[in-house]
Amino acid sequence: MRRSRLGAAVTATVAALALLLAGCSGGPDGGRGPDGTIRLRFQSLAWQKESVDANKALVEEWNATHPDVQVDYVQGSWDNVHDQLLTSFEGGEAPDIIHDASDDLADFAYGGYLADLRPLLPGRLTEDIPERSWSTTTFDGGVYGVPFLQEPRVLIAATGILRESGVRIPTPQRPWSWEEFRQVTRELTGEGRYGVAWPLKDPVSVTLNLGLSAGGRLFHRDADGKAVIRFEKGDRVMPATVHDQVGTDRSAARTALGMSGSDTLPGFFGGRYAMVPLGFSYRQQVAEQAPEGFEWSVLPAPAGSDGLAQGVSPQTLSVAEESPHKKEAVRFIDFLLRPENMVRLAKGDWMLPTGTKALADPALHTAENGWATGTALAAALRPAPAQTVRGYPEWKDKVATPALQEYYSGAIGIGELEERLVEDGNRVLARYQR
Amino acid sequence: MNTRTGKAARTGQYAALLCYLLFLALPFLWLVSTAFKPARELGSLHPSWIPENPTLDNFRQAFEEQPLLGAAGNSLTAALCAALITVVIATPMAYVTARHRGRLSRAATGWVVVSQAFPFVLIIIPLFLVLKKLHLINSLAGLILVYVVWSLPFALWMLTGYVRAVPPELEEAAAVDGAGKARTLVSVTAPLLAPGIVATALFAFITAWNEFFFALVLLKTPEKQTLPVVLTHFLGAEGVADLGPLAAAAFLATLPSLVVFALIQRRITGGLAAGAVKD
Repeated sequence: MRRSRLGAAVTATVAALALLLAGCSGGPDGGRGPDGTIRLRFQSLAWQKESVDANKALVEEWNATHPDVQVDYVQGSWDNVHDQLLTSFEGGEAPDIIHDASDDLADFAYGGYLADLRPLLPGRLTEDIPERSWSTTTFDGGVYGVPFLQEPRVLIAATGILRESGVRIPTPQRPWSWEEFRQVTRELTGEGRYGVAWPLKDPVSVTLNLGLSAGGRLFHRDADGKAVIRFEKGDRVMPATVHDQVGTDRSAARTALGMSGSDTLPGFFGGRYAMVPLGFSYRQQVAEQAPEGFEWSVLPAPAGSDGLAQGVSPQTLSVAEESPHKKEAVRFIDFLLRPENMVRLAKGDWMLPTGTKALADPALHTAENGWATGTALAAALRPAPAQTVRGYPEWKDKVATPALQEYYSGAIGIGELEERLVEDGNRVLARYQR
Repeated sequence: MNTRTGKAARTGQYAALLCYLLFLALPFLWLVSTAFKPARELGSLHPSWIPENPTLDNFRQAFEEQPLLGAAGNSLTAALCAALITVVIATPMAYVTARHRGRLSRAATGWVVVSQAFPFVLIIIPLFLVLKKLHLINSLAGLILVYVVWSLPFALWMLTGYVRAVPPELEEAAAVDGAGKARTLVSVTAPLLAPGIVATALFAFITAWNEFFFALVLLKTPEKQTLPVVLTHFLGAEGVADLGPLAAAAFLATLPSLVVFALIQRRITGGLAAGAVKD
C-alpha cells in the first residue's frame, strides 16, 4: 500500500513537470507563417529610446506595406552580442537580419555564418555608401554587411573656458595640429583644472583610430597578404602627445586614464576638465545631463599629416547565411536604409549615417548639438586599422591594452611600448596566419 | 572580564557589525539614490546620497521603454520553477549520496562539484543544440531546465551536508518503532532537513533570478525575455548607459529577491532550531 502511494506520488510529480514543461514550451520558428507569409526576424541593437522608436516605426511601416513579407522586431543587446550570435549561428537559430558592428563581423564572415550580399544588394544602396565604408565589411572579396551608422571621435569642450582663455577655436576646415592641441591644453590648465581628460579605460581603439590622422597605421600587409605590425613615426604622434600631456605638462588628468567616457562627464560639467575626447554619440548624454546654462561645443579631433583622418567601425546590417529568404531580407535592409530612413536612424542614435544622400540632409547640418561639426568630418573617416586582421582581439587584450595603459601612466617609455606592441604582437598574429 | 570591559567589547562588536552591514548595503543604497535622481544630478561632480530634487521620472521612463512587468513575471516563473524542481530532484539524490557512502558516491559528488567550474561559453552551444532538438529554444521551459541542471550540482552538495548532519540513529530508532523507509524519510528526516531544503531553494531561486547569459541566448522574443536581459537594453556599445532608468529598473529587479529572502529567512532559522538534536 505504502509503495503504491509513493509510486503514485512520483508519477504525479513527473506528470506535473512534463505538463509544466509542455505548457511553457514555444513552437519551433519557421521561415513562413501558416498562411504562407514570409516571416523575417530582425535583431536590432538599438538602445536609446529615440533609436528604438525609429527602428520599430520603420518595421511597422514595412509591415503595413508588405503583407507578404512580415518582419518581427527582436530587441538584442550590445552586451555579449558576439557570444549570443555565435550560439545562434551554431544552433541554426540565427535571426535573418542582424545588427552588429563591423569590427565584430570578421569571425562570422570567415566562419561562413553570414551571407555574401554582393549579388543581392541594389545598385542604389551600393552607390550611396562610399567605398571606404564598404571596405569595413568586405572580407576575402565578399561583402558581409551594410555599414549604415558611424561615429567619429570629437572633442567636447566647455565653451566658456575656451572663450575666456582666448585660444583659437578649431574648425573642421582649420583644426588644431597635435602640437597645437598640446599647447592649447597647457593654456587651458589652471588652478584645479586640466585642459583635457582622456578616458582611456579601453585605450587601443582610441589610439589606433586617432593615430590615423598622423599617418599611423601600425598594421601593414606584406606582399604575401599577411598582416604585420610596424611602429613607425606616424604611430608615435598620438600616444606620445597623450603621454606628455599626462606626465610632462600635467595638462591631462592622470585619474581619467582609467575611466570610461561617461565617467569623465561629472568632472567636465564641474569645470575640472576643459575638454573631453568622446565618441560623437556621447552628445546625447552631454545634452541630457549638462547643468542648466552650461555651454558646450563640439570640436574636431586634432589633425596630423593625414589631416582629420580617423578610423571608425560602423554599425552594420547583415543577413544570416542560413536564412531561407535572403532576397527579402536585403529588400528590407534597402527599405530601412533609404536616405530619409537613414536620417531617422542616425538622429535616433546621435551618430552619422554612411549614406551620402542621408549625410546631405539639412537636419544633420545644424549647429545645434554639434551636428554640423560631425557631418563635416564624415569624409575623413576611414576603416579602423585592424578590424580585418585575424588575431587582433587577442593582440588587443593580451598585448596592446596593458602596454598602452603602462605607457600612458608613465610606467614604461616609448621604446618598451614599441618593443611590446611589435615583437609580442607579431608573435600573436603569426599564430593566426600560419 | 569585568562588566565594563565586556560592555566595551560588545559595543566594539556591534560597531564592527554595523560597519560591515553598511559596507554591504552601500551598492544598494547608491542604486536607490541614483534611481530617484534627475538626469542633471547624475552628472554632478559632487554627487549627494540624498537626491536634491527626487523624481520618479526614471521609473516612468524605464516602464515606458521596456516591458519590465512582463520580464519580471518571466523571471519569477523561471526562478520559482527552477527552485522547486531543483529541491524535488536534489533532496532524494542528496539522501542517497549522504547515506550510502562508497567510492561511486564520492566520485559522483566530486564530478558534480567539478562541473560547477565549467564556463558558460563552453557548454552553451551543445546545450543549445540539445534544447533545439527538444523544441525548447525560446521557451521558459527550456530555460527552467537549464537552470535546474545548472543549480543541481551545488544544490546536491549543499543538501548532502544537511543530510549528513541528521543523525542516522534517529532513522534507526524510527525503524525500530516500525516505520518503513518512506515513512521515516517523510516523518523523521524531511522535517529535520527543512532548513537545508529552504536554503537550497533560496540558492536556486537567486541563481535563476540573476542569471543573464543563458536567458540572453535561449530567449528570442521580447515577451519571453527575463529581467536581467531586459536590463541590458539600457546599455549601449562600449558600456554607455542610460543610467537613471537603468538604476530604477535594477532597483525594482532586486526587490523580489529581497522579499523572498525576507519571507524565507525566518523559516531557515526556525528550521535550524527544529533540527537541533538533544542528548
